[in-house]
Amino acid sequence: MASVTYRNVTKRWGDVTAVRNLSIEIPDGEFLVFVGPSGCGKSTSLRMLAGLEEITEGEILIGDRVVNNVAPKDRDIAMVFQSYALYPHMTVYDNMAFGLRLRRTPKQVIDERVREVAASLGIEQLLDRRPRQLSGGQRQRVAVGRAIVREPAVFLLDEPLSNLDAKLRVEARAFISKLHQRLGTTFIYVTHDQTEAMTMGQRIAVLRAGELMQIDSPSNLYDHPSNVFVAGFIGSPAMNFFDNVDLFEEGGKMWVDTGYFRLEVPEARYDLYRPHMGKQLTFGIRPEAISHPNYQPADIRPSLIEANVDVVELMGNEKIVYLEESGKTFLARFDPRADITVGQRTGAVFNMASMHLFDQETEQALQ
Amino acid sequence: MNLIIAWIIFGTLVGSVGTYLLYDERKRNAEQGALLGAAVGAVGNLVLLVPLWVYTFMRGEGEGDQPVIGRDPIQPRHFIRVALYAFLILMMIVYLLPVYTVLMTSLKPRAEADDLDTVWNLPSEIEWDDLEIGSFSIRMPVGYATALEEFGPQLKNSLLLTVTATILSALMGSLNGYVLAKWKIPGANVLFPLMLFGMFIPYQSILIPLFQFLNDVNLGGTLYGLIMAHVVYGLPITTLIFRNYYAEVPTEMLEAGAIDGAGFFGIYRRIVFPLSLPGFVVVIIWQFTQIWNEFLFAVTISNEDSKPITVGLAELSGGEAVNWTLPMAGAILAALPTLLVYIVLGRYFIRGLLAGSVKG
Repeated sequence: MASVTYRNVTKRWGDVTAVRNLSIEIPDGEFLVFVGPSGCGKSTSLRMLAGLEEITEGEILIGDRVVNNVAPKDRDIAMVFQSYALYPHMTVYDNMAFGLRLRRTPKQVIDERVREVAASLGIEQLLDRRPRQLSGGQRQRVAVGRAIVREPAVFLLDEPLSNLDAKLRVEARAFISKLHQRLGTTFIYVTHDQTEAMTMGQRIAVLRAGELMQIDSPSNLYDHPSNVFVAGFIGSPAMNFFDNVDLFEEGGKMWVDTGYFRLEVPEARYDLYRPHMGKQLTFGIRPEAISHPNYQPADIRPSLIEANVDVVELMGNEKIVYLEESGKTFLARFDPRADITVGQRTGAVFNMASMHLFDQETEQALQ
Repeated sequence: MNLIIAWIIFGTLVGSVGTYLLYDERKRNAEQGALLGAAVGAVGNLVLLVPLWVYTFMRGEGEGDQPVIGRDPIQPRHFIRVALYAFLILMMIVYLLPVYTVLMTSLKPRAEADDLDTVWNLPSEIEWDDLEIGSFSIRMPVGYATALEEFGPQLKNSLLLTVTATILSALMGSLNGYVLAKWKIPGANVLFPLMLFGMFIPYQSILIPLFQFLNDVNLGGTLYGLIMAHVVYGLPITTLIFRNYYAEVPTEMLEAGAIDGAGFFGIYRRIVFPLSLPGFVVVIIWQFTQIWNEFLFAVTISNEDSKPITVGLAELSGGEAVNWTLPMAGAILAALPTLLVYIVLGRYFIRGLLAGSVKG
């Protein structure tokens, strides 16, 4: 059990800066997810915590102890690797017992713990097998088992699900979430997949090019992204952006003119947005905030426009509709019953209660 | 049918040419057996090669199950395949002829071995002798008994030298490879090529300094000195083989070991070493053969008590009238260990050399 603190941590490889001035406090028992596109420094951040990479500048603390110069084995951590990194010449049992044996744990204790953990993961019947005789999902469980059998203070997971197929991945997500609830240990999880981040993390740290863009709870990240990058990265399909919009007041109301259509801003935002009038602004709205006029939710701030239907993707529970207006394409999630055909013109209702405005220059949200 | 006729003609031709050459060679002795031998050779050729042809033909038939329009029964590729096999078998026989001679001569009584005219013949009789080893004795052809008696200490030297030097250079090469492949050490990019450079230094060029050095450290003429020379000379190749082998071992696995609690040597001993069997097989075969067969270092560094079998064999030639049985039996005995190593470990050798090229 331990908290983890990144204090102004920087990692450089020669001229390349992989992580820049990262500061995060992770309380004991939290499930934190590092997410970002490849090359954003999320794995490097985790590997510095594990002791597999040197820290160029700054400090990392596990509990109250600065671990910059502590060997990986003395950091009281365990890690699940993307490739699982099981020892191919050892049985599952030996794989799990390896760390305990190196720590000279009594044989009986090892046996007890390995069997207990194996039972809790449903891999008891595999204990005598070797890694190559296991399926991907089984290997993944063994890798997790090898990590938890040591009862570490911090549990590190580096893209542990990316080698599984889609169906197994959904199961494994729930399995790891449950594991965190049961163990109550600090979990730090690295992924490039925003769905994994959203479904599993208590807090999510979004990184881009070595910099922390935002760290917050999944719902805050989704509803109140603090910049264009986070807004575009979290959520699928991604948020629609309209650059160079015009924000103005007319007839006692505030409007956004995207250049294609004009939308009404809810009164609650007037005071917030008024100082920014005249700046170059980006307007953002998520596809789920755009609905078909006949199936619009009750409690929204509707603003109706018209557009051409370009592509329709029926997902069963919804229709992803590519709308087009004067060459600008944007996505909407319509009710599956919405009667639309490609090439037709349709009405679309924007729920302006969930609109976003960003300063185009700084890419920061106005909030 | 046409093909069979074509084959018989071809086989007879090959057989006849072979036997004619054989006959021509033997004619100067005008032995009656020669003609018979030629006939046997021709028939042998046919007998040996016809099944081969049948095999290739039947394989062709198997493929023919799929309807092929306008399929010609005489396929040129069959003919080429058979010709190829015939050629290969011929070459194999040529290649094995000296081995045959050595083996036969080693079994012959002395008078018969000295007669060049009967060099191709089987021994007319095999003389047996009892070799006393401690309290019990083994019955074996007289040539081998003498050779074992004569070369015994040198075989022992060779074995001691080869086994020790092979194991040492393999272990050290493995550690070198582990460090160079998996640990970031400053200067590795300079160090490794320099080490490889050692492979290309000819033995001859370092012979004198090596000799002087070993004398200076009081190892001149000893087996230890020879072992050391071979270990050092073997390091470049063993390091290279292991480094390339370990490059295929996923680094994440070693990192997992580091987090699990293993240190530098712990990771090597518990994770890297147990995975090294194919690498060790390659290195052991290579080093064993090299060191066992090596002559130049051996003849320079060793003295009367420490000389290995290669030197012993060489010293037999020249001097008084040679008893050919002895060196031939000695040669067979000297060739056996490397042969055994190949037979036992050979299949790993191929696998080891190819490891990683097929699957990452």
